[in-house]
Amino acid sequence: MTTTQSNSAQVSKSVISGRASAAIQPGEELLRVENVSLAFGGVKALTDISFDIKKGEVRAIIGPNGAGKSSMLNVINGFYHPQEGEVWFCGKKRRSLKPHQIAHQGIARTFQNIALFKGMSTLDNIMTGRFTHMRTNLLMQAIWRGAAEREEIENRQVAEEIIDFLEIQAIRKTPVGRLPYGLQKRVELGRALAAQPDLLLLDEPMAGMNIEEKEDMSRFILDVNDEFGTTIALIEHDMGVVMDISDRVVVLDYGKKIGDGTPTEVRSNQAVVDAYLGVAHD
Amino acid sequence: MFYRQAGDFKTTYREDIHTFPLRQDRIGYYILLAFAFLVVPFIINDYWASAVLLPFLIMSIAALGLNVLTGYCGQVSLGTAGFMAVGAYSCYKLMTAFPELSIIIVVLTSGVITALVGLLFGIPSLRIKGFYLAVATLAAQFFLVWLFNKVPWFYNNSASGQISAPVRDIAGVMVTGPEAQAWAKYLFCLVLVVVLAWLTRNLTRGRIGRSWMAIRDMDIAAEIIGVNPLKTKLSAFGVSSFLIGVSGALYFSVYLGAVEVGEVFGIQKSFLVLFMIIIGGLGSIFGSFAGAAFLVLMPVLLKNIMVAGLGWPTDIAAHIEFVIVGGLIIFFLIVEPHGLAQLWRLTKEKLLLWPFPH
Repeated sequence: MTTTQSNSAQVSKSVISGRASAAIQPGEELLRVENVSLAFGGVKALTDISFDIKKGEVRAIIGPNGAGKSSMLNVINGFYHPQEGEVWFCGKKRRSLKPHQIAHQGIARTFQNIALFKGMSTLDNIMTGRFTHMRTNLLMQAIWRGAAEREEIENRQVAEEIIDFLEIQAIRKTPVGRLPYGLQKRVELGRALAAQPDLLLLDEPMAGMNIEEKEDMSRFILDVNDEFGTTIALIEHDMGVVMDISDRVVVLDYGKKIGDGTPTEVRSNQAVVDAYLGVAHD
Repeated sequence: MFYRQAGDFKTTYREDIHTFPLRQDRIGYYILLAFAFLVVPFIINDYWASAVLLPFLIMSIAALGLNVLTGYCGQVSLGTAGFMAVGAYSCYKLMTAFPELSIIIVVLTSGVITALVGLLFGIPSLRIKGFYLAVATLAAQFFLVWLFNKVPWFYNNSASGQISAPVRDIAGVMVTGPEAQAWAKYLFCLVLVVVLAWLTRNLTRGRIGRSWMAIRDMDIAAEIIGVNPLKTKLSAFGVSSFLIGVSGALYFSVYLGAVEVGEVFGIQKSFLVLFMIIIGGLGSIFGSFAGAAFLVLMPVLLKNIMVAGLGWPTDIAAHIEFVIVGGLIIFFLIVEPHGLAQLWRLTKEKLLLWPFPH
């Protein structure tokens, strides 16, 4: 990020300074969910869940199928509104917001099933990720010369940094529909990164990947965390990966929290072991 | 062999986001524009203007408008002709209420009025999608035509229920009315087409265009990136309706001169514009023009071949014309579902390599 740091800083200055997270130091609490319960009719997806995410950490959410992990992410980025409980972001209790408003607060995410814009190129997908940093209105866009073009170029530089970072220069102009699965996952990460989020939610970033692709993806996640200081919350089923890359792990089962702590603590937690391996009935 | 990408390097992002990144393309379009502006006005006659060029130019604007909404933003609309009627009647009311107002301002204001009406009918799009939205816009189509038939205020209580365009000029040159010269009408439309196409192109390549396409491709993902679905869809409805309104105003004032709403702006015109963008290519500026050219020129060409060339009776020729145009539409949909624009793109890709296989 060295060459265009000044540029990107300039571009995103207004947004970053508008974000409340700027005041929070690494290690302090960035997001907290408090006693969140979510039900769909009679089905209780989440029951009384509380945990926090600290700024600058990699936080994993794990659990068997149907444990409510994805529902948890959907609560955090506003697709679901829990019946009970509160979400605190940057030290403030969050009102009931729409997903696009939450994006403007600095939360980005990727999806379990790839949700790229299939009709657009890799570059356009990543440029779309810059949406929250762009300001020019319809009239300026229509005239193009001047403000709109300047903004486009400034944001293009940030997008190109991300393309470099993810090593996808060669597919810059390829329509994403034509890309293989592993690369599509990478482009989706790029699109989320383009927003320069404070909190990045990754829903199974390594699902369906082979070992090399998983290694690449783990490296990117750690690099994002290191270089940009982005806080990451991820859902993942590959326990090896989770234990390696995350700082703290929260474990859900049947919508309830059954464990929370460092990977070592969680591994030795009897409730967690039971949930994954089943309880011996003797 | 002469059409080459090699050696055409981009060293700035500004160059890379040009509308025509290849130099040869750019030169080609400049030549085409120069021909359209400098040569055609001198050789144009009434037949060419009224049978080919005016309908082509005016329908291109309508196709461009629908392409913004359907091709870029993914919102299917069957109300195109209804919105053209809004443009036409706004134009008529403005021309008769403010006789001293310049026709340019009248036409653009008609577009703005249509945009407002379009916004109104776009509100349901937040809740309904796909076929259901198409049916909702169909309601707009029938409602608007009914409205302009039913309320005498819109046609100034004229006995025939028709509206007819008064004479207007730009800098002393008549562009509407029966005495207007073919070249003047043509140039007026051409200038508007070029300007509007350029503005639309700018909209589609930047932030707004990407947010439209994001909504089209994956609305949930668009939302988590920060795209407000309602605002984005409404902006597409607004821009689209503006273009369609302008085309309706021109269709009435410059091209036809007199309009009976049910006949001219009926549902078949909505379908015609929809076919134009499907055949031309959804989500492509070039496709809007290609589709309009195809559906305007093809019938004229067929009629000339069958009636003038082969000497067949006109009624048989007219029916065979329907059959052939219909057959061609099906043929295109099967062979190239992404339309003429995709065909053109593939041809260019092949040309870049030709005569080498790789």
